[in-house]
Amino acid sequence: MRVVAAMSGGVDSAVAAARMLDAGHDVVGVHLALSQSAATLRESARGCCTIEDAGDARRVADMLGIPFYVWDMAARFKDDVVEDFVAEYSAGRTPNPCLRCNEKIKFAALLDKALALGFDAVATGHYAQVVQRPDGTRELHRAVDMAKDQSYVLGVLTEDQLARSFFPLGDTTKPQIREEAAERGFYVAKKPDSHDICFIADGDTRKWLTQRLGEQPGDIVDTDGTVVGRHQGAYAYTVGQRRGLALGRPAADGQPRYVVEVQPGTNTVVVGTADLLGVDALVGDHARWCGPAPDGRVPVGAQVRAHGEEVPATAWADGDQVHVRLERRLRGVAPGQSVVLYDGTRVVGSATISAASLARHAAEAGSS
Amino acid sequence: MLPEAIAAMSAQMAVVGNASSLHTSGRQARRVVEESREAIAQALGARPSEVLFTSGGTESDNLAVKGTFLARREADHRRVRLLVSAVEHHAVLDCVDHLVTHEGAKVTWLEVDALGRVHPETVRAAIEADPESVALVSVMWANNEVGTVQPVAEIAAVAHEFGIPVHTDAVQALGQVPVDFAASGVDLMTVTGHKVGGPLGVGALVARRDARLMPLSHGGGQERQVRSGTLDVPAIRGFAVAVEAATARLDTEAPRLVALRDALVAGALAAGFDITVSGDFEPGDGVRRLPGNAHLLVPGCDGDSLLYLLDAAGVECSTGSACQAGVPQPSHVLLAMGVSEQDARGALRLTLGHTSTGGDVQAFLDALPAAVERARRAQAATSSRRPA
Repeated sequence: MRVVAAMSGGVDSAVAAARMLDAGHDVVGVHLALSQSAATLRESARGCCTIEDAGDARRVADMLGIPFYVWDMAARFKDDVVEDFVAEYSAGRTPNPCLRCNEKIKFAALLDKALALGFDAVATGHYAQVVQRPDGTRELHRAVDMAKDQSYVLGVLTEDQLARSFFPLGDTTKPQIREEAAERGFYVAKKPDSHDICFIADGDTRKWLTQRLGEQPGDIVDTDGTVVGRHQGAYAYTVGQRRGLALGRPAADGQPRYVVEVQPGTNTVVVGTADLLGVDALVGDHARWCGPAPDGRVPVGAQVRAHGEEVPATAWADGDQVHVRLERRLRGVAPGQSVVLYDGTRVVGSATISAASLARHAAEAGSS
Repeated sequence: MLPEAIAAMSAQMAVVGNASSLHTSGRQARRVVEESREAIAQALGARPSEVLFTSGGTESDNLAVKGTFLARREADHRRVRLLVSAVEHHAVLDCVDHLVTHEGAKVTWLEVDALGRVHPETVRAAIEADPESVALVSVMWANNEVGTVQPVAEIAAVAHEFGIPVHTDAVQALGQVPVDFAASGVDLMTVTGHKVGGPLGVGALVARRDARLMPLSHGGGQERQVRSGTLDVPAIRGFAVAVEAATARLDTEAPRLVALRDALVAGALAAGFDITVSGDFEPGDGVRRLPGNAHLLVPGCDGDSLLYLLDAAGVECSTGSACQAGVPQPSHVLLAMGVSEQDARGALRLTLGHTSTGGDVQAFLDALPAAVERARRAQAATSSRRPA
């Protein structure tokens, strides 16, 4: 097959490209330029899209003897990922930009361009596995290395997209990938992993959002409406957050306070005790199913953050929505996060959480 | 590289010798350097003492622009203004940016017309705005992207009315059109080896004896005390052989390249797709446009998609611009010519040289239709759109 290997300049995508070549594919390396200022030099080990990263990717492509191109997708990335990130936070939600990037850029814009140019598929260094069923359709499964598993941020992919995707690292652990990179002579073998959000260079999301949205002072209130503090912008708070509240004095009951709700309309942050954070009923919008939508109530495992735990649950589809009833309460589930549903290691589907509550409250509200 | 240049360079590599040394092998090396200098001077219409060897075009441009600016400003603190065409190579543009940012230089960008040409009247107007402030005029002999040959001699004549020195980057012109330093009247001229079939990493700045240049690299005082550093004798030997060969074959090579280029452009225009040719194009002309340059705009395509598809079909070309990170940006040359940013993205630059054949042109024309169709689909698939 003719395959585009997406090469970030990191060790994972380098080995992924090499493995595709070993498997006999016709491979072309592509580095995505996603930063609006691609000419910036790396300030730390974070992120990607610097000149050094493009150079690292090119160096590996040269060693493999494959053609290498840089595709400028900065405008698409800004529109579909960065602006979406800002809009979500200002609407009081907590987005996952990596998931959005996979949905809108890597397995949409990149894949579409590759297919239009005559390629058959895209290969990336994600830790996940694609399994082909006897009928030829594909399933997405967790990687064997659970510590690195990235099936959560790929949970938005449809079966069509999976049919055009290769994840050659899913059957190997990260330490083994580093060893393999060293054996192949890649000098990126010891390059640090990228962390956090690639377009926030210093990792300080609150500061970055403040620069974008400006200070918007407002009240921090307790669940009974008592004003207990001030904030500089409700957008900078996430449900479940405890740090950075600066309430000044302890609450009357002596219990620590957490963000339990962000109300963008009134620019208010509501805080409460830890017991208010527990939820077991989720509603997700924009449900995407990897394969057919579940028929009726099905037992699943539900995961609500990239490296969070999987909780046993029951899920059922309702049009574009999905309802999830967790068997154990999860704390700090914020609207905007994605819930990814699993059947064993298989990804069943995903949705963007629009509401999280305790089941008895949901029942009182007349839902299902 | 030309086989005769490889042979001459290889033979010289077996001979040890520092051309600055006084012993026997040093003298032998110096003889090779001076014979090479004489050969290059002869081929370029210059005197041997005017040829300063450098590491290539970029260094020559840096020495010409920065060296002249610094020397002229030292002699007269008012002379800080640079008159530079908007379509120069980055080796000139970025020197200017550096001098403006760090040395208090001022710049007047010389505008070009829709064909990419600087008019002598534009230069005159720019000078007359404040003649006493001008340090240097720099206008390339021929543009590297669209092949437009500049009226360098006329521009030099205008500048000299005001006693202002002129630099020209002749890297693209050498070997394609006649380049005569003395006849052009310019004070400084950049040439490089690899564009004429010589080795990489060697070039020259041709500088009139009265050109004032502040040295940028100091040391042993080689090259008229302007460019210190031990000379790369084998590279200089290969460079000289290549320059001689390139100028000697010009009479036969230029018409051959014009014919190939015309066939390429005619075929591309006839292929449909609303393709246009950029710059100053007229079939049969090898004077106003470089004979080996074809530059096309293909609407609805990203140049980098075309580049990939043509490369995969065995045709090597460029989009006409490159940057360190490899992210294609709309060419500053095309933008200066008034091409829209959108149209500039579909730029395709094809360069024909001494190894190019009619078969190469046909291979390009055969590969073009499928490449354009695919590239258009790719652009449609990735054009910026907001999420629903």
